[in-house]
Amino acid sequence: MKLIVAIVRPEKLSDVLEALFHADVRGLTISRVQGHGGEIEHVENYRGTSVKMALAEKVRIEIGVSNHFVQPTIAILLSAARTGEVGDGKIMVLPIEKIYRIRTGESDQDAVTPVHADSNQSL
Amino acid sequence: MNNADIAWMLVSTALVLLMTPALAFFYGGLVRSKNALNTMMMSFIALGPVAVVWALLGYSLAFAPGGPAIGSLAFAGLRGVGLEAQGTIPHLLFMCFQGTFAIITPALISGAVAERMRFNAYLAFITAWVLVVYAPVAHWVWGGGFLASMGALDFAGGAVVHVNAASAALVAALVVGPRKDYGRHAILPHNVPFVMLGAGLLWFGWFGFNAGSALSAGTTASLAFANTLLAPAATLASWTLIDLVRGGRVTAVGAATAIVVGLVVVTPAAGYISPMSAIAMGAIGAFPSYFALIYRAKTKLDDSLDVVAAHGLGGATGAILTGVFAEAAWSGGANGLLGGNPGQVLTQLASVVIVLAYSGGMTFALLKALALVMPLRIGDRHEGLGLDVTDHGEEAYTHGDGAILVKPKESSLARSAVDVVAVHGGGAL
Repeated sequence: MKLIVAIVRPEKLSDVLEALFHADVRGLTISRVQGHGGEIEHVENYRGTSVKMALAEKVRIEIGVSNHFVQPTIAILLSAARTGEVGDGKIMVLPIEKIYRIRTGESDQDAVTPVHADSNQSL
Repeated sequence: MNNADIAWMLVSTALVLLMTPALAFFYGGLVRSKNALNTMMMSFIALGPVAVVWALLGYSLAFAPGGPAIGSLAFAGLRGVGLEAQGTIPHLLFMCFQGTFAIITPALISGAVAERMRFNAYLAFITAWVLVVYAPVAHWVWGGGFLASMGALDFAGGAVVHVNAASAALVAALVVGPRKDYGRHAILPHNVPFVMLGAGLLWFGWFGFNAGSALSAGTTASLAFANTLLAPAATLASWTLIDLVRGGRVTAVGAATAIVVGLVVVTPAAGYISPMSAIAMGAIGAFPSYFALIYRAKTKLDDSLDVVAAHGLGGATGAILTGVFAEAAWSGGANGLLGGNPGQVLTQLASVVIVLAYSGGMTFALLKALALVMPLRIGDRHEGLGLDVTDHGEEAYTHGDGAILVKPKESSLARSAVDVVAVHGGGAL
């Protein structure tokens, strides 16, 4: 099991989610973050004040996956989040000691195997 | 001159002026947050250059005595436009009142090209458009031009303002092309409360637009005022019913849109129809726009903020229904179908088609000419970043995190590099 952490451009988030869902990677968490990488900085002017914006808006995606999903997930992130310009982001892969699914208490592989709400319970 | 009339027209002019910032909120709330300032500026900026060219040249082309197609240069530079009477108010006040209409009309077009048109190109476009398209069309209807001679009824600008702007909007959306995300991703309004604030302020300002178009403080203004209250109310009620009957929920964006559609529908008719007809017109007027909005979103036409559905169909429906509901008992002369003058419907239809064709054709020529000297739209990468940063160097909702003060020496460099400068060495910070 791995935790895949990806930092991507906010404007690529829809493309990334679409591609991940299409490949049945359905368990993920996102957060809006700001970061600094190698990209060019915008200069903004407010009346007499000029500033360089050193932090760029990014989206951080966290995905816990079982081993055979690691490579496909990375491949999707690499293609869907890419524009080719500096500032496309990073993907980090971390080992995971344990994963639990809170609802059932299942752990590890079982906990990251997707279930669909409509397949095992009535709405 | 009459001081009561002057007082009302002073107030009306200020009310109509407020509609342009109101439109900025209405449009600004409907776009994504990265384009909020740009979209609001597209309306706001009309208050500057458009108003200036109106005073210098546009007013003269529209209202100076001339031929059936266009005025003349007699009032250019406001020559001869002073405090003498024009009707019962000073000529100068009449020019200002008309100027507020000239300001908002090109601003309406911005809804069709929001989120991708280059701001510089837009600025050049609307400044030219108000002279080449708006001024002649205003002359045809209100300046003694051929549509007035034909007997076309347009009380406050259903054809001159709304059909005119919507036709230009349709052409501009096609020439500039769709947003790169259009049809691929959901593009949602970033601030629905702004949309509602804008709709509310538009309604408030529209009392000046319609009741002010009486150009006096008398009974005609009162009738137009009543109809400006009742027609949008009926459109809102009708819109709500359609929502409920279709099994849906009543939405806030829908309600705000309904108010604008109702206002557009009653604009050409405001001083010509009975209050009960205003309710009928408003109620009927909801239907074409409601279904056009739903249909448009399924097409390839990225008229981003639905200028065509709201102002085009609303304006055309209003103009044609004016030919149905106008009654001499209320209008003091003009009669429509209900008053035994079915021919008026055809006159109204003709006026819509003529304005549609002229505005569409000239807008196409203007944009194509402009494209020869400057790109009309921003590049894909800038579109992804949003126009607030790329075209204005500002953000609507910035926290100031990570903002590093540029010292005076560097700041001259920053301004010359337009919107971005490369940071030498990447991680030097």
